[in-house]
Amino acid sequence: MMSKLFFDESVIFLNLEGDTAEKVLRIMSANLVEKGLVKKSFIPAILKREREFATGLPTGSVPVAIPHTDVEHVKQKSISVAVLKNPVDFVVMGEESKTIAVRLVFMLAMDEAHSQLTFLQKLMQIFQEEEILKKIAEAKDKTFIRRLLEEKLNLVAFKGGDK
Amino acid sequence: MAKKIVLVACGAGIATSTVVNSAIEQLARDHNLDVDLIQIKIAEVGVYEDRADLLVTTAMTKKEYPFPVINARSFLTGVGVEETRQRILEELKK
Repeated sequence: MMSKLFFDESVIFLNLEGDTAEKVLRIMSANLVEKGLVKKSFIPAILKREREFATGLPTGSVPVAIPHTDVEHVKQKSISVAVLKNPVDFVVMGEESKTIAVRLVFMLAMDEAHSQLTFLQKLMQIFQEEEILKKIAEAKDKTFIRRLLEEKLNLVAFKGGDK
Repeated sequence: MAKKIVLVACGAGIATSTVVNSAIEQLARDHNLDVDLIQIKIAEVGVYEDRADLLVTTAMTKKEYPFPVINARSFLTGVGVEETRQRILEELKK
């Protein structure tokens, strides 16, 4: 049975500080562990995965990263979003050592392989719209980001009203 | 023309290959090409090495394969996606 996708302000970070990709990933994944959305093993798994298969994406003026790892570490499907205080270098997906200064991190905790196509397509659609990425990168509050992404990712149906 | 076997791979086989897989499916449909798409983790490519005609991947590959390898990052970023589509089409039509 596919779980619902969890997404609210508690998995959104504004002005996240971290001088390395690893630090950023540690902070974000530890939060998911604390929230009970992923197993403890998610943290080392996502770090290892990023070292082996980097996820930095050159998406115009607002580069992003989409760290993710195998489904077995996930309890409930979710997406965690971080606006980085200062750009942090991530290795570019498909490259050996070329890096890109990432401003937004979308950490994916997926609980089933291959089954979240619509969700992922909508996410990639966002990556192709620089204006939306800019809005997120310049956002002043988490609720704005939540609402924007809920709309763009079509998550509203999963939620029970506003907070 | 024999049906082409196309491997679609990313590191974990969860996120990016799912999107790329669907993009190639669409591409093949638009051009009436019959392809067999196999979505895998990059670590599993070896299993299909004897059978595959093409590897489309978002992951880095240091290894040499007996078939062409096309980087599919553009399907995620939109940058250069038309060029990637053309390269894939060329291989599928061979």
